[in-house]
Amino acid sequence: MSKKLLAAPYLVWIAGFIIIPLALIVYYGLTDRDGAFTLANVVSIGTPEHRKALWLSLWLSLLSTIVCLVLAYPLAMILRNRGVGRGSFIVFIFILPMWMNFLLRTMAWQTLLEKNGVINGILSLLHLPNQNLINTAGAIILGMVYNFLPFMVLPIYNVLCKIDDDTINAASDLGANSIQTLLRIWFPLSVPGVISGITMVFVPAFTTFVISNLLGGSKILLIGNVIEQEFTRGSNWHLGSGLSLVLMVFILLSMAVIAKYDKNGEGSAF
Amino acid sequence: MSQPLIDLRNITKSFDGTVVLDDLNLSVAENAFVTLLGPSGCGKTTTLRIIGGFETADRGQVVFDGEDISKLPPNKRQLNTVFQKYALFSHMNIAENIAFGLKIKGKSNSYIQDKIKYALKLVNLDGYENRSVSSLSGGQQQRIAIARAIVNEPRVLLLDEPLGALDLKLRQDMQYELIRLKNELGITFIYVTHDQEEALTMSDTIVVMNQGYIQQMGTPEQIYNEPENAFVADFIGESNIVPGIMIQDELVEIFGTRFACVDKGFGNNKPVDVVIRPEDIDLVDPSAGTLTGVCTHLIFKGVHYEMEVTTPDGFEWLVHSTDMCPVGKEVGIHVDPFDIQIMNKPASEDEEAVGVNE
Repeated sequence: MSKKLLAAPYLVWIAGFIIIPLALIVYYGLTDRDGAFTLANVVSIGTPEHRKALWLSLWLSLLSTIVCLVLAYPLAMILRNRGVGRGSFIVFIFILPMWMNFLLRTMAWQTLLEKNGVINGILSLLHLPNQNLINTAGAIILGMVYNFLPFMVLPIYNVLCKIDDDTINAASDLGANSIQTLLRIWFPLSVPGVISGITMVFVPAFTTFVISNLLGGSKILLIGNVIEQEFTRGSNWHLGSGLSLVLMVFILLSMAVIAKYDKNGEGSAF
Repeated sequence: MSQPLIDLRNITKSFDGTVVLDDLNLSVAENAFVTLLGPSGCGKTTTLRIIGGFETADRGQVVFDGEDISKLPPNKRQLNTVFQKYALFSHMNIAENIAFGLKIKGKSNSYIQDKIKYALKLVNLDGYENRSVSSLSGGQQQRIAIARAIVNEPRVLLLDEPLGALDLKLRQDMQYELIRLKNELGITFIYVTHDQEEALTMSDTIVVMNQGYIQQMGTPEQIYNEPENAFVADFIGESNIVPGIMIQDELVEIFGTRFACVDKGFGNNKPVDVVIRPEDIDLVDPSAGTLTGVCTHLIFKGVHYEMEVTTPDGFEWLVHSTDMCPVGKEVGIHVDPFDIQIMNKPASEDEEAVGVNE
């Protein structure tokens, strides 16, 4: 019995901060201002404006996930083959930005990209035409990649570190050249890490509103921004909750697809 | 002897400034079962990895069938390796593991299927094609690793302590199985181990290594019965190594007592090391012994008793015998002349560092 008591704080935590808020979102999402049941909030995802935001979110987060993967895999490979152990200097350098506040890092990019920001300042010093950097889809992708890249590198690096040198030597011993070894040994064995990385980049990128707020201005609305505005400016908690429910379903669906490819369950974020 | 299949010439290798192999020369004949034997850190695995191509020697050549392959990557060498920790591909099933090398070489599907069947039969694991790697025991995984290597029909199979992770009984079974495999395949085996019993059981030729040098090379009988120096004597089986003086041919003095022996050519009154195997010491009545001592230790080992007999000079003789001598009893020590092995003392301290490590 006493052991069960030890779990009490966590039960309170789970109930107070996960189950009750979720239930509230479901309640708000499925009712109107008068408290009557309605599907209108959920269905409103179909309005052109919301649909556009949803697709844009999906598209941008997908692109940044791909960019992260393309950048992270070779990097993780280099880190592993250098034989640098965990906690070594290079990995440390990579993790370092993660210790800094996420908002601060994104605001730094704002300063860099602004119309009269650092980059344009340098460009005008060189007598080059000013670029329209901020408030573009590119700026948002940049922000996403910058913020979420470590989440892609680390799981891949971890899984690559687990691959024994002799497994690679064995492939070479059996006649495989380096490309064959990459395709037939490295890639398949690192799938769990890749999947974990994809999950950890895609989900936060898909739902972000801070990055798009700061780097996309009011011009580019992601689904996260739409929901945020319903809660803060529009004060329509019902619509915001309804859209959140839709977003949740999308995330669960994408996780289900990912889990299907993750046979070992090693990389799953759950 | 005809041209050796593998010839290592003046191989030198160091890691981070530590010399692991120093000017090593080794020839391996076709169809031999050669074992590199030594304590950890003696350079045996490094030697094997240089032959396999996983390490590159700082200096020296690896000659395979008359051709210098020192610069070839592993995938271009006509030999295959069985790794210590099996190194199977965990994302493939057994059949895919075995087929890996053949697929790379672009063999036909029917050929590959035949080979998989043949190899699994050879290692006594018929019908395991679709099993996953993780469902196999250590011994089974090692057999698959061997099967995966031999389907490629290498001319040489390199085995890096392949039985190291297995328990004693399985290890002994696998030893016989490896001998059978080698005879059926008719290829050259180069085997690395630190287990002297394994080496004695399986090899045609044993190469005893220590600190990057070859200490002695010979048949198991030669290595065991006629160790060339104290290191080999000490490493291969248990032995009593005592300082002695070679009075003349066939007569050696140990602790002031003269023993007849069969060795010649050491000169007169020369200090030597004398090796006497514990099982070669006969415990007799004190009056009949060449030396007398008191039994100070007794342990039952199953096959034999292990005893220590302390002679008045303070030396503790290790004795293995099926006859028991109780602790405290005075006994005589007798050794037959042909059981006494005389070795030159290391000529210099330098040689001693090479020859004897403790």
